[in-house]
Amino acid sequence: MSSVPLVHEQPITPEGRTVNYLNVRHSIASWLLTVDHKRICILYLVSITFFFIIGGLAATLIRLELITPGGDLLTADGYNKAFTAHGIVMIFFFLVPSIPATLGNFLIPIMIGARDLAFPKLNLLSWYLLMIGAIVAMGALFLGGVDTGWTFYTPYSSRYSNTYVSIAIIGAFLAGFSSILTGLNFVVTVHMMRAPGMYWSRLPLFVWALYATSLIQILATPVLAITLLLVAVERSFRIGIFDPALGGDPVLFQHMFWFYSHPAVYIMILPGMGVINELVTCFSRKRIFGYEAIAVAHVALAVISFLVWGHHLFVSGQSIYAGMVFSILSFAVAIPSAVKVFNWTATMYRGSISYDTPMLYTFGFIGLFTIGGLTGLPLATLAVDVHLSDTYFVIAHFHYIMVGGMVLAYLGGLHFWWPKITGRMYPEGWGKFAALVIFVGFNLTFFPQFLLGYLGMPRRYYTYPDEFQVYHVLSSAGASILAAGFAIPVFYLLWSLRNGPMATANPWGAKGLEWEHTTSPPITENFVETPIVTEEAYHYAPEQEPEIVGA
Amino acid sequence: MSEPDTIQSTNAIPEPPVEHAHAHPAFQHHFDDMEQQFEASHLGMWVFLVTEVMFFGGLFAAYTIYRTLYSAAFADTSRHMDVILGGMNTAVLIGSSLTMALAVHAAQTNARRRLPWFLIGTIALGSVFLVVKAFEYTHKWHEHLVPGLHFQYEGPYAAQAQILFSFYFIMTGMHALHMIIGIGLLTYLIVKARRLAYSSEYFTPVEMVGLYWHFVDIVWIFLFPLLYLIGQHNLGGGHS
Repeated sequence: MSSVPLVHEQPITPEGRTVNYLNVRHSIASWLLTVDHKRICILYLVSITFFFIIGGLAATLIRLELITPGGDLLTADGYNKAFTAHGIVMIFFFLVPSIPATLGNFLIPIMIGARDLAFPKLNLLSWYLLMIGAIVAMGALFLGGVDTGWTFYTPYSSRYSNTYVSIAIIGAFLAGFSSILTGLNFVVTVHMMRAPGMYWSRLPLFVWALYATSLIQILATPVLAITLLLVAVERSFRIGIFDPALGGDPVLFQHMFWFYSHPAVYIMILPGMGVINELVTCFSRKRIFGYEAIAVAHVALAVISFLVWGHHLFVSGQSIYAGMVFSILSFAVAIPSAVKVFNWTATMYRGSISYDTPMLYTFGFIGLFTIGGLTGLPLATLAVDVHLSDTYFVIAHFHYIMVGGMVLAYLGGLHFWWPKITGRMYPEGWGKFAALVIFVGFNLTFFPQFLLGYLGMPRRYYTYPDEFQVYHVLSSAGASILAAGFAIPVFYLLWSLRNGPMATANPWGAKGLEWEHTTSPPITENFVETPIVTEEAYHYAPEQEPEIVGA
Repeated sequence: MSEPDTIQSTNAIPEPPVEHAHAHPAFQHHFDDMEQQFEASHLGMWVFLVTEVMFFGGLFAAYTIYRTLYSAAFADTSRHMDVILGGMNTAVLIGSSLTMALAVHAAQTNARRRLPWFLIGTIALGSVFLVVKAFEYTHKWHEHLVPGLHFQYEGPYAAQAQILFSFYFIMTGMHALHMIIGIGLLTYLIVKARRLAYSSEYFTPVEMVGLYWHFVDIVWIFLFPLLYLIGQHNLGGGHS
């Protein structure tokens, strides 16, 4: 396996560097018209970082307003627009594309031993669709904003709101098509483009996770598309598809919306789990515990994700019997989630753990995801949810999953593969420092919100009784630390592009085709020769006799 | 898979990408061979059609719910559906599926002269469908049955009828939009086919557009009975 040369004849650029996908061409057109999955990863990386900053600015407005009990900074309308902007931008333009479109784009072909995704031009089209969607949606936000919340609940969105709802819907619609095409591309690539010997049972678990994600993107997103289309039609022609005053059913909108948007939550966590699989095994120097169980758990989560949407409707007038079924099915989500957490922990058990930046993010992920997951159980419990529904408890719960889970995994993965993507090492000390700042800032921001919600503070209010202020001040203080924590990596990662030490092909001593068979950064075709896979994934240490705990 | 290649594959030496200098002009170099490229396109098209099924599926689900909720209103509105025109269009579309299948067959069997004609035939039948649809739409306009823009409905079901007619227009409208896109794709195929781009070695685009066209036809096969046939007022349906 190690005899395959990394670079054929070592072609050299005029500056004396070996040719790779980054320096092979330099013009702007060579970036904007590229069909190389690795360059498209960079396009996504730059654009979603920009969207993250926009969404973060909206969050800043929210947290600033909530420092005081009164409405001092924003009007009620302004506050509605701020949280709507935060939701739309972060969900449709950051979280959904985040790991799949960047790390997934870069890694899937390389991890399975292919030269590119199956449809490179379609991949570029996905990026352009996301960009056009972003311009349209941002346009709606800057023209005056949208005040419906990212969920576009009818009949408010269709009849009463006088903001730019239709434009924002078109933006989300286009972003959805981008997501569908990315998922389609990944599914076909994983099915058709695997190198000789790369059986399904040898796929890195990151690929399994992205495959499961892609299934959700393909099956769920079209339903969102038609739902949003119906809202736009209703709004434009004043007909009452979801308007009770005209005979329509607003709960039907909620069913259709959450049929997409609940699985979409798994679009926003499964890729993070995929990243953690890779990190935990590499930095424990041990083959991942229960490879098959984790692979099955990824797909199981994707399947179950389609059966639980009704838990968003417990207090919306859904029948109590439907609520009971959805409640039980929602509890089932805990099983594959727990399988993964236990397996990651078991992987670390007796591993040779090193505390590099990506591993710190992994620790953060496992802890915060566990809290986020366990707090989902009270929300899935019918009676308890009546008390907790639409409170800050829900906000804290899903931010523990989306930020504590997905964003931490994204940052961990970005640090882990940064040498491969850019050919440079990031400064390790700064990396660890930022990871700790983010962890502290995150918990200070969102843990008080669990308490707030339990005490009865509803979401989406810009004023509140005085007794809640201490929690809101803690949360806003945490948010400022969190913002600093997110800013630090932007600076040192950009700095490292010119000044970081050159990365070797495999700086972590990791397993996998991307580390063992490509240069850092890889050449345009990824591999000089198509690799032939002869061993299992994560062959970190020879199999040892299983230890019997307590024997 | 094929016999002459066995020696090469047991040696397990992957062919370097340079070897494809003599390959078909449509060959894309990130694939190993034409067969893999064709299989990938095929799977990609099927996956795309799955997304289309989910897209129309959402629409059908919403329609079904309102049809159940408002079965009496539904029976009342169904008398405004023109079964004759709808039935005629069904026949026209099935005919266009035939010409499309013949076009794919012509491409596969190197019948390069016939291929453009079958494609033109498909476009012609598709256009007939759209023209008939346009007549139906104008008819609805004259009967004041266009929701939002031009709607007046006598009787107790006015609001509900507006929702049901909305679904009629959205469902047939989305279907017609897919047909228009299909006609655009067929036009592209005709241009390429006249330049002899397709042969038994390479007919992927023809086959892909064929799959798409058949899918759009199948959507209509579901739309026609749902909108025109079941719940016909004289066949029984509501319980008003």
